[in-house]
Amino acid sequence: MSCALLLLLMSLALAMGTGAAVEIQRPRGVPLSSELENKPFTCLDGSSTIPFDRVNDDYCDCRDGSDEPGTAACPNGSFHCTNAGFRPAFIPSSRINDGICDCCDTTDEYNSGATCQNTCREMGRKERESLQIMAEITKEGFLLKQQLIHEAKRGQEDKQGKLTELQGSKKGLEEKVEALRTVKETAEDPEKEAKERHLKAWEEQKELLRMEKDKTRMAECVTVGDIQRYFRLQSHLELDPDSDGSLSETETQGLLGGADKVDTSTFETVWSGIKDKYLSEGQSEPPAPVETPQEESRDFVSDHDSDHYPEDYAGEEEEDVEDDEEDDHDEEEEEEKVPPTVQTPEKREDDEVSMPPYDTETQSLIDAAQKARDDFDEAERALREVDDQMKNLEKEIGFDFGPSAEFAYLYSQCYELSTSEYIYRLCPFNRVSQKPKFGGSETNLGLWGQWAGPEGNLYSVMKYDHGQGCWQGPNRSTTVKLTCGKETVVTSTSEPSRCEYLMEFTTPAVCQEPASLDEVLHGHTEL
Amino acid sequence: MTRGNVEMCLYRVLVLSVFLSITQAVDRSNFKTCDQSAFCSRQRAMKPGQSSYTALLETLELSDSHLTVQLLNNNNKVLLLLELYRLQGNMTRVKINELKPIKARYEVPDVLITDPPTELMSVVAQDEHRVVLSLGGEDWRLILSAQPFRLDIMEGPQVLLSLNSRGLLAFEQLRIQGEEEEAEEEVDQPGMWEETFKTHADTKPNGPSSISLDFSLPGVEHVYGIPEHADGLRLKNTDGGDPYRLYNLDVFQYELFNPMALYGAVPVLLSHNTHRTMGLFWLNAAETWVDVSSGQVGVCGSSEVPQTDVRWISESGIIDVFIMLGPRPNDVFTQYSSLTGTQAFPPLSSLAYHQCRWNYNDQEDVSAVDQGFDEHDIPYDFIWLDIEHTDGKRYFTWDNNKFPQPKDMLQGLLDKRRKMVTIVDPHIKVDSSYKIHTEIRSRGYYIKNKDGGDYEGWCWPGNAGYPDFTNPEMRKWWASMFAYDQYEGSMENLYTWNDMNEPSVFNGPEVTMHKDALHGPWEHRDIHNLYGFYVQMATAEGQIQRSGGLERPFVLTRAFFAGSQRYGAVWTGDNAAEWGHLKMSIPMCLSLGLVGISFCGADVGGFFKTPSAELLVRWYQAGAYQPFFRAHAHLDTPRREPWLFGPDNTALIREAVRQRYTLLPYWYLQFYHAQRTGQPVMRPLWVEYPEDIATFSIDNEFLIGRDLLVHPVTDERSSGVTAYLPGNGEVWYDVHTFQRHDGAQNLSIPVTMSSIPVFQRGGSIICRKNRVRRSSSCMENDPYTLYVALDSQGKAEGEIYIDDGHTFKHKTDKQFIHRRLSFTANSLSSSDLSPDSQFTTASWVEQVNILGAQKPDAVTLTTTDGGESSVEFEFDPDTAVLTLRKPGVNAGVNWTLHLR
Repeated sequence: MSCALLLLLMSLALAMGTGAAVEIQRPRGVPLSSELENKPFTCLDGSSTIPFDRVNDDYCDCRDGSDEPGTAACPNGSFHCTNAGFRPAFIPSSRINDGICDCCDTTDEYNSGATCQNTCREMGRKERESLQIMAEITKEGFLLKQQLIHEAKRGQEDKQGKLTELQGSKKGLEEKVEALRTVKETAEDPEKEAKERHLKAWEEQKELLRMEKDKTRMAECVTVGDIQRYFRLQSHLELDPDSDGSLSETETQGLLGGADKVDTSTFETVWSGIKDKYLSEGQSEPPAPVETPQEESRDFVSDHDSDHYPEDYAGEEEEDVEDDEEDDHDEEEEEEKVPPTVQTPEKREDDEVSMPPYDTETQSLIDAAQKARDDFDEAERALREVDDQMKNLEKEIGFDFGPSAEFAYLYSQCYELSTSEYIYRLCPFNRVSQKPKFGGSETNLGLWGQWAGPEGNLYSVMKYDHGQGCWQGPNRSTTVKLTCGKETVVTSTSEPSRCEYLMEFTTPAVCQEPASLDEVLHGHTEL
Repeated sequence: MTRGNVEMCLYRVLVLSVFLSITQAVDRSNFKTCDQSAFCSRQRAMKPGQSSYTALLETLELSDSHLTVQLLNNNNKVLLLLELYRLQGNMTRVKINELKPIKARYEVPDVLITDPPTELMSVVAQDEHRVVLSLGGEDWRLILSAQPFRLDIMEGPQVLLSLNSRGLLAFEQLRIQGEEEEAEEEVDQPGMWEETFKTHADTKPNGPSSISLDFSLPGVEHVYGIPEHADGLRLKNTDGGDPYRLYNLDVFQYELFNPMALYGAVPVLLSHNTHRTMGLFWLNAAETWVDVSSGQVGVCGSSEVPQTDVRWISESGIIDVFIMLGPRPNDVFTQYSSLTGTQAFPPLSSLAYHQCRWNYNDQEDVSAVDQGFDEHDIPYDFIWLDIEHTDGKRYFTWDNNKFPQPKDMLQGLLDKRRKMVTIVDPHIKVDSSYKIHTEIRSRGYYIKNKDGGDYEGWCWPGNAGYPDFTNPEMRKWWASMFAYDQYEGSMENLYTWNDMNEPSVFNGPEVTMHKDALHGPWEHRDIHNLYGFYVQMATAEGQIQRSGGLERPFVLTRAFFAGSQRYGAVWTGDNAAEWGHLKMSIPMCLSLGLVGISFCGADVGGFFKTPSAELLVRWYQAGAYQPFFRAHAHLDTPRREPWLFGPDNTALIREAVRQRYTLLPYWYLQFYHAQRTGQPVMRPLWVEYPEDIATFSIDNEFLIGRDLLVHPVTDERSSGVTAYLPGNGEVWYDVHTFQRHDGAQNLSIPVTMSSIPVFQRGGSIICRKNRVRRSSSCMENDPYTLYVALDSQGKAEGEIYIDDGHTFKHKTDKQFIHRRLSFTANSLSSSDLSPDSQFTTASWVEQVNILGAQKPDAVTLTTTDGGESSVEFEFDPDTAVLTLRKPGVNAGVNWTLHLR
C-alpha cells in the first residue's frame, strides 16, 4: 500500500509543475485527486497516519518529513521543483520560502515576498547550448580517444615487440661478453708478466743509478759542515730535533751519529736514515717562484684529472671518444709507473729517469691485451645499453595508462600553464613543478603517485606527492583533475590549502562515449 | 657508567626536553617577567609593613559629591591628594594623585560612559585618628584612619574590604633627574631613568612614576577576573611566582595555565563568597601587575578566617579605583556596567556561525566554500577574509588578481542572505602611493617616536606606521574611511575584523610598541592597554556612520580594555589545535563575561596546528554553545571546512551548527538582556548559585543566561562526563532526551561522538526556531517552538524578544517585541513586557513542548479577540513531555493556552 502510494506521490510530484494549466485549490507538493481526497495520509515511512488536510499544512507530522513536501516545516523534507524548460530538481525543504530563489520556476518562493523571475527557459537554453558544446567536444574527444587507444595499442605492441627483440639480442650479447671476457683474461696474463718483467728490469737499473749518485755525493761530503752546507740542512727543519727553528752544527752532528767527521760507510747508514725526510721535504717545498713550471704543473694536474674521470664523457659521446680513450688508457698506465706527485722540474730532471720504452715483444702483448679489453668493454657496454632499454620499456609497459592505455600518449610529455606569478609544469606520470616567472628556482610540487579518482571513475584524478617540503607543513602535493577536452591542456592551477595544489587538465583520454546528441538535448527538455 | 655520568646524562635529557618544549610553544624570553620589568621588581621588593603614609585629617574637605584629604609620605614629605566618592549604586571611588605633580599624570579618558553620579557622603564620627563616613543605609561605613593611612569599608561590624592595610601604597612622584631629595628612599636604582630589554632601550624622560596599592578581602577565598590570561576561572595565588600581568601583547603560541599577559586587559577583579560578591576596577591603562594571595588570618583571637590580599602595581598614571560592593553577583555586573557600559547589542546574524580561514584565496574559493555549505546543508552566516585579500597588506584595498570584483562577490553572498568580514589592522604600510598612508601622514595622525618623527615598526606589510587612535580627530577620520565611497568594493553586508591592535610591532620590545613613543603629550607607556579599545571604537563608529546611523555594527577585536564590550566581539587570539586549548576556551570566555565582555569566542578547531577530526567535532560542539562561534585556521594548516572529514563527521558538525541555529532566539534574548543589564551571557555557575560552594571553582561547564547549562565534551576518546547540576530543589532537563534530573548533584553522563550535554533549567521557557535554514536571516519569519520546562512546583517562566535583527530601531523607534511567557496553574500565557513598543512579526507559535507535564484532557487556546479553539496534543508518558500541536498564534500577541 505505502509503496504504491510512494510511487504515486513521486510521479504526481514530478507532474506537479506542469499542472499550471489545471490550477485548483490544493495543498502544494501533493496534488489532490478524487481517489486520495479525504483519505488519511500515511507517512511514507509508515510511522503514522494523519488526516489528509494535514498534508502540507505547515506543521511536521511525519518523522520522515513526507507530509510536508511543499513547506519548510520538516527538517528532513525535500521539495520538488519541476522547472519546466530546464531540469527538475529536489531541494531541501528548508529552502522553501527562505527569500532566496532556488527553483528556476520560482515555485519554492510562494510565500516569502521574494520576487523571483522564472529563469528556466533561459537556463534551459544556456544549458542546451553548453550541452551541445560539451557534446561536440565529447564526440570529437571520444574520436580522438579512439585514436589514442589505437596508437597506444600499436605503441604497446611495438614496445612489446622491441622488448622481445631486445631480450633476444641480450642473450647473444651476454654470450659475447662471456666469450670476450675469456679472450681478455687470456691476453692479459702474458701482458702482465711481460710488463712486470720490464718494470722490474727498469727498477733495478734505477736503483743502480741512484746508488751511484749517492756514492758520488757522499764522497764529496766529509765534514759535518760540508754536509750541512751541501744539503743546506739548517733549512731542513724537519730534521731539527729540538724544534727551535734552527738546525745547529751540534744537532747536525747528533744526526750524524756524534761524529764531526764521517766516512762513507757511516754516512751511508745515516743518510739512508734521513734521506726520506730530506727528499719528502724537498717535495713539499712550495714550487720555485717561476711562472712557467707552475703553469706546466697546473696543466699536468688537469690532464691528470681528466684521465681519471673518463666516465665524465663516456656516457655522452661513447662512440666518438673510443679512439681517445685508447690513448687515455695508455697514458694512464704509463703514469701509474711514475710517482704521482708533483715535483719541480729541476728535481725531476735530477732524480728521475724516464722508463725506457717497452721492447717490441712486450708492446705487442700489451697491444693484444688492450684490444681484447676494448672488445670486452664494448660488448659489455652494448649489453648495458640493452638492459637499460629493456628496463625503460618494462617501466613504460608497466605503467597504468588507463583501461585502454588511452593515457599512454602523455608519457614523457610536459604541459605548461603560465599564471601571473608562476609557470606551472605538469609532466604526466613523472612530476609537477612550479617556477617563478621572474627569477627563482623551480619547486617540485610532487612526483607521480597514483590514480586517485573516486570509485568507478578512478582515472579522473591523478595524485602527485612527495614534493618539496613546506616550512612547518607537509611535503607539497598536487591533485590533477582530468576533464574531457579536445586538446591536452592544463587549464588552471590553484593552492586550495597550503602546499596542496590543484590542477585542472583537459584531455581527450577521459572523454566518454557520448550519448547521441538528440538524446542529450531532448532528454532534458521534454518536461 | 658512574653515578656522576648518569646524572649528567639525565640532566642533558632534561635540558633538551625543556628546550624542545619551549621552542614548540611560546618563546618566553620575548616577554618580561616581573623581575625584568624595572617598576614591577622595584615595587614588589617592597614588603608589607607599616605604611609610610599619614592622612592629614586637618586638610579634610567634604563637599556634596566627595571628600578630599592630603596624604603625607613621611619618608620624603611628598604630599598626595586622596579623593573619595560615594557613587550611586553602592560603589566607592578612591582616587589618589600627587597633590602638586610637576606635570600632569595620565588619567584614563573615554572608558567611563559618564562621570559617575555621586551620592551624598556624611561624616558619622571623627576624632584625630579617624573619620567615619556613612555610605548609606543603616550600617554601611567607610573608615578613614590617619596614622598609618588606611581605609576600611564596613558593613556593621564586618570589614568588607581594606585599602593599604598591608602598607603597600606607593606613589613614585614625578621629578626631574638629578634634582634629588635628601631622603634616602630617593636613591636612584637601575631602571628608573632608562631600561633595556633584549636589544630594546626604553628611555624614560619622566623617570620612575609607578604606583601600587593593596586591598584586603577578609572572608574571601575566591577571586576572579583580570583577563586576559590563559588560566583557570578562579585566580591563583601568585606568591612565589609572577603576578598576573595586564599588558596587551601579541603572544605567539601562548602557553596554558600561565599568568603571562595576552592580547587584552580588563583591570577588574571580582571577589566572591557565599555572602557577598564585590568588584575592584583599577582604572589604569599602563602596564599593570596583580598579585593575589589567599590564606588564613587570625582575627581578634577567634578562629582563623580566610582572606585574600590583592595588590595592584602600574607603571604610570594615577590610582583610580572603583569598589563595587555588590552584594549579589548581578549587582556587581550592574555596578560595573553603569561605569563602562554594557555589551553592544549585536546584529542577530553575528550570533550565528562564522567560517574563517587564513586565507580564502580568491573569489572562486569564496564561492566554492559558500557552495560547499549549501551542498552539505550546513548553515552559516559570515565568511571571513584574512590579510591576504588585500593588495600587499594595504587595508581597505583588495588584491586585484584574487578579488577583482569584490562587489560581485558580496552581492553573491547577499543573494543568499549571507555576509562577509574583511580584516582591517591598525598598522599602515609606509608607501607614498597608498592613500590611507599619505592621508594619515599629511594630517599628522601617526604616533610619534620619542624624537618626534612618525613612529615606524615592522608588521605584515613590512615597514608600517601606527595611527594615533587616542586622537579623536584621527578616530573620526578613520571612521569616515568605512563609507561605501571610501572603502572601495565594500557593501552593506561587509563587516570588519581588527587584529594586531595590541599593537603588534614585530620588531618592537615584547612584540609591541616602544613605551617612549608619543601620543600627543602622552607616552605610549601611559595609554598602551587602551590602544586596541580605541581601534575597535573608531571602526565600529565607521560602520554605524556608513549606514547613516541606522545599522548595528559588527567588529571583532583581538586587543581590548575595560569598556570594549561597547564596540563588539572579542576572541581569544591565536590558540592551538589541542585539547587543552579547547578546555581553556571555557574559563577564558567566562572570565571575560565576568568583566562585561560577553561576546567572546575561541577559534573553533584551534588556530595553530591541525586538529584531528575528533577534536574538530568536539570543538564545533563546544563552540556552538559559546557566544562568538567562528572556525579559524592558520595559513600553513590543511583545509578543514566541515565536510572534509568524511560523511560521519560532516553530519556531527552539521548537527552541532544546527543546534546553534535553533537556539538563536535564545542567544539573541540573552544579548538583549546583556545590553540592558550588563549581565554576562556565558556565566560561571556561581553567578546563579552564589551560595553553592561546589560551583565556585567550576570552569569545565557553564550557563548560557540562567536557563541552559552546558558541559561540553573536551577530552579525547571520552566515554562520559560528570556534570554538576546546581540548585537544591531545582530540576534540570536534558535538552536532547528531555530526561529529568535533580539539582545539587554530580551527574554522570555517558557520551558518544554526537553528545553535547546540555540541560534546561526546570522553571524556564526557551524559544527555539527549529526550522534551520542556510543563514539566520532566512529564518526571520519562521515559527517558534516553545520548550516549557516545569520546576518542582509545576511552574515556568521565560521571555521572547523579536526585532528586525540588525538596526537601531529597537532603540530609536521602540521597534521590538518583548514578551513574558509564563506557565502557572496549568496555563501558559504570553503577555507584553513593553506595551509601548511596536513591532510586528510574521512568526507564530508552531509547537509547545511542556517538559515534566501530566496528560491533560483537553487544551484550549484563548486569544485577545476572545476566540477560543481547541488544540491537539500528544503526551509521551515515558518522558512526561506534552506536545501541543500547532497553536498557530502569532508570536507578538497575547494568548493563553489552558490545560484541562
